[in-house]
Amino acid sequence: MSATSPAIAQTRFEPRLMRRKLSGTVFLGLCLAAIGVLLIALLMLLVDVFGRGWPWLDGAFLTGAPSRRPAAAGILPALVGSLEIGLIVGALTFPIGVAAAIYLQEYARDDLVNRLLRTNISNLAGVPSIIYGIFGLALFVRALSLGYTLLAGALTLVLLILPIVILASMEALRAVPDSLREGAYALGATRWQMVSGTVLPAAAPGIMTGIILAMARAIGETAPLILVGAVTFVTFLPNPVDGGYTVLPIQVFQWASRPQADFQGIAAATIIVILLVMVVLNALALFVRVRLSRHIQW
Amino acid sequence: MNAPSTATPMRDAPAPETPRDDRAGGRPSVQVAVSHSAEGAASGGRETAIELQGVSCYYGSFCAVRDVGLTVARREVTALIGPSGCGKSTLLRTLNRMNDLVPSFRMEGRIMFDGQDLYGPRVDPVEVRRRVGMVFQKPNPFPKSIYDNVAFGARINGYRGDMHGLVERSLRRAALWNEVKDKLSQSGLSLSGGQQQRLCIARAIATEPEVILMDEPASALDPRATLQIEELMRELSREYTIVVVTHNMQQAARASDRTVFMTMDEDRAGYVVEAGETAGIFTNPRHQLTEDYVSGRFG
Repeated sequence: MSATSPAIAQTRFEPRLMRRKLSGTVFLGLCLAAIGVLLIALLMLLVDVFGRGWPWLDGAFLTGAPSRRPAAAGILPALVGSLEIGLIVGALTFPIGVAAAIYLQEYARDDLVNRLLRTNISNLAGVPSIIYGIFGLALFVRALSLGYTLLAGALTLVLLILPIVILASMEALRAVPDSLREGAYALGATRWQMVSGTVLPAAAPGIMTGIILAMARAIGETAPLILVGAVTFVTFLPNPVDGGYTVLPIQVFQWASRPQADFQGIAAATIIVILLVMVVLNALALFVRVRLSRHIQW
Repeated sequence: MNAPSTATPMRDAPAPETPRDDRAGGRPSVQVAVSHSAEGAASGGRETAIELQGVSCYYGSFCAVRDVGLTVARREVTALIGPSGCGKSTLLRTLNRMNDLVPSFRMEGRIMFDGQDLYGPRVDPVEVRRRVGMVFQKPNPFPKSIYDNVAFGARINGYRGDMHGLVERSLRRAALWNEVKDKLSQSGLSLSGGQQQRLCIARAIATEPEVILMDEPASALDPRATLQIEELMRELSREYTIVVVTHNMQQAARASDRTVFMTMDEDRAGYVVEAGETAGIFTNPRHQLTEDYVSGRFG
């Protein structure tokens, strides 16, 4: 406390600027280290997968069917299976999930029943996926007699990701300020005009993000599908309501569990395809987000 | 609903039979509406737009406003002033039934609007809110284009006329047209605070209301934007009935024709102390509480 001006020296503050700045620097370093760990892990995964799988990835691999000989094997049935499942899951999850979220956030009163409902949806989002598989087996495959079909698998995945979609959509709706709701009401809007005209457009980008993330989860799921009939060796294109089917992650699981190096290679090639599907999906999400939020400049 | 593409504001229609105070010619002196008398004072020769009779407001068991009797004159600016928490906003929000959205809210008494009971069994609050517009404390334009902000209210109410004309007319009346005419497709949120508030006024005008309620419309704005809003209030009062809540006594003095002074009793229930000509309230208050408040001694 000597070099500073007398006025400062006489105060009872102890600025300890060096120390305060140092703690900031240390925290920044910790954050960077955390990102570094993540990046290194991701990089190792990518290098390993691309190193093993890239040589196997060609047109024949994408358009062929699985085979006992790795050199002749392809993933078309699994790829089509994944896309069909993704399509069905998306088409069902979007309306059901968003409608449920709108009800819970914009219509339901804040009473005990609805609070219980919300808590339970949060809990459902944390239930292990294998349990959804067991439930799907009992409900769709057996009780509704859908059999071991792709449709039963898709419906199981719908149940699996609905809680995630509902929670994410509710979060997006909650983030819309009440002043917008009041503004719409004050102009003579009915509740539905208020929701559809102001709240939903404002929440749309957030809702879309939640749905895309949930879709990525559904496309990457393996465990519940094994229970509802996804089989590992399918050489034909799946019919949603009849016969066996498989999806990309199950194909990976099956090939990766074999000892031969060549099967490891085509498993890695399949992982690359899954990653590409994810990249396309995320790019789509970004595109939709940007388009939806053209007018939303907070 | 209006006839298609009519540009004639409905307020040009002859006034419906409303209670009138017929002391024509008599220069109105300061009128006093003592709270428990339940009868507001109408000034001579003025048409009554809204009349509150024994209005009390409750949130659950808490009484926020007690036994207010008041008249609001047509095509005038009526200012509600008073200390924080005295129920000004609650009272304002009874006039367009915004309080109905609060589950615990309950109102006693009657509010007559154009001779019709605003809370009557056959009155739909949604229709009330088209006829009684509202501007909020914090500018709240929708995250839409400037054009869509203004057109929103007209669209949801089934406006069948010339939408471009309506948008331009509303923006002109809100003194915003010249600033935004070249960027109608930009977001309403890209405007400055004062412009956003005028956009909200244009939005309220576009549903062709008879009354515009303003809840501290300038408290979030800088002094220059505040003056613009006040000028706009004066200008709009030639066509619309305006009720404005304000914390700013100079604002009430500058921009209003009549002032209603509210405060709260020991139970924190708000009531009207005094109502009358703005000049009278500020220069010659009848009540000690009013004098203390307008001279800055409390509140």
